[in-house]
Amino acid sequence: MYTQAMDLVPQPSEGGDKEISADEKQLQLQFDARIDAGEFIEAKDWMPENFRKTLIRQISQHAHSEIVGMLPEGNWVTRAPTLKRKAILLAKIQDEGGHGLYLYAAAETLGISRDQMLEALHSGRAKYSSIFNYPTLTWADMGVVGWLVDGAAIMNQVPICRCSYAPYARAMVRICREESFHQRQGFDALLTMMTKGTAGQRAMVQDAVNRWWWPSLMMFGPPDADSPNSAQSMRWGIKRISNDDLRQKFIDAAVPQSEVLGVRLPDPDLKWNEARGHYDYGPIDWKEFWQVVGGDGPCNRERLAARVSAWEDGAWVRQAAMAYAEKHAELQPAS
Amino acid sequence: MNSEKKEWPLWEVFVRSKAGLDHKHCGSLHAPDGKMALKMARDVYTRRMEGTSIWVVRSDQIFASDPAEKGMLFDPMESKVYRHPTFYELPESVNHM
Repeated sequence: MYTQAMDLVPQPSEGGDKEISADEKQLQLQFDARIDAGEFIEAKDWMPENFRKTLIRQISQHAHSEIVGMLPEGNWVTRAPTLKRKAILLAKIQDEGGHGLYLYAAAETLGISRDQMLEALHSGRAKYSSIFNYPTLTWADMGVVGWLVDGAAIMNQVPICRCSYAPYARAMVRICREESFHQRQGFDALLTMMTKGTAGQRAMVQDAVNRWWWPSLMMFGPPDADSPNSAQSMRWGIKRISNDDLRQKFIDAAVPQSEVLGVRLPDPDLKWNEARGHYDYGPIDWKEFWQVVGGDGPCNRERLAARVSAWEDGAWVRQAAMAYAEKHAELQPAS
Repeated sequence: MNSEKKEWPLWEVFVRSKAGLDHKHCGSLHAPDGKMALKMARDVYTRRMEGTSIWVVRSDQIFASDPAEKGMLFDPMESKVYRHPTFYELPESVNHM
């Protein structure tokens, strides 16, 4: 599922003012040349400290998003309308968990531990995608989350498959391959309700679209002019396409899809602009976005509390499994 | 031993996608021991029939070459073109050997 511009807050030039030795300058030049040549950087290769820190922040927050992203969907597992939809929903949630694990492992290659990352999430220091701080109120939300939220995530994630940091890129290739079913199953669920459902079910779908459309557009992050770290991330090959370009691409794809479904997108300014070759759209409420990012969305506290209690309630299991493994290792004759 | 607060060790996962092919590295995961690592690898890396066999190995047991020595280790092979069959130009009539 994922990511909005994860790297939202301007970062101080971490270690940027430090004296750089001649050796390091040489390494920096070699690194820049490799990036320019489109080469991949592997875990053990030399990299600038800020490159490492930026990646740790982005990959770990991407991982947190996958894990927290399981919560809004978990809300509907027991109330899925049919066994088929329940099996699909379970498979999707299991994928999100898997995606979180691929990404945590990719971040660990940069020298941060799993526990450190979880501690940052649980203490509220690390962010996750703000979209998951909205509630899933009806079954139609499950369809719309698949269609719009996963759709936006895929749009965001596909360019990261070409990210300059290879372990991240490899994780993203796997994730993107698995993720496309997420969007399709959502659209399929909505189409079923819109074409075979009752008037009440169609109204439920429209209501869900009304609530999720704008937050989905916010998933691409603030406008390019307000994205302080974008230029550096582009330079490093971590980011390939700008927030606004991705958002436009998403809107251009979503409008015809909404027509197939027969739902209205809740934006009176939305219309085709022949000259631009794109849809124009109305202003996004960035005040709401920053409020949710800052911790004051509808479900921020609930989501974090659910993660913390899952971690704490599972502590005895982790400890018991470790104690068992250590005991058996001791009993094992040395070979 | 004190297992409290201790992170489960890291394992590297190798999957054979079908009989006849090599096991290929596909990622890593944390697990308390090999048996659990196998079970978890099955859930994390083979949810869509990606495998017929899994190997797991403790990450700290892997010895890896140093990227800084890449040139020293691998560049000398660049000049040894005679190790490739295409180096040898043979008459047309026997060139398929």
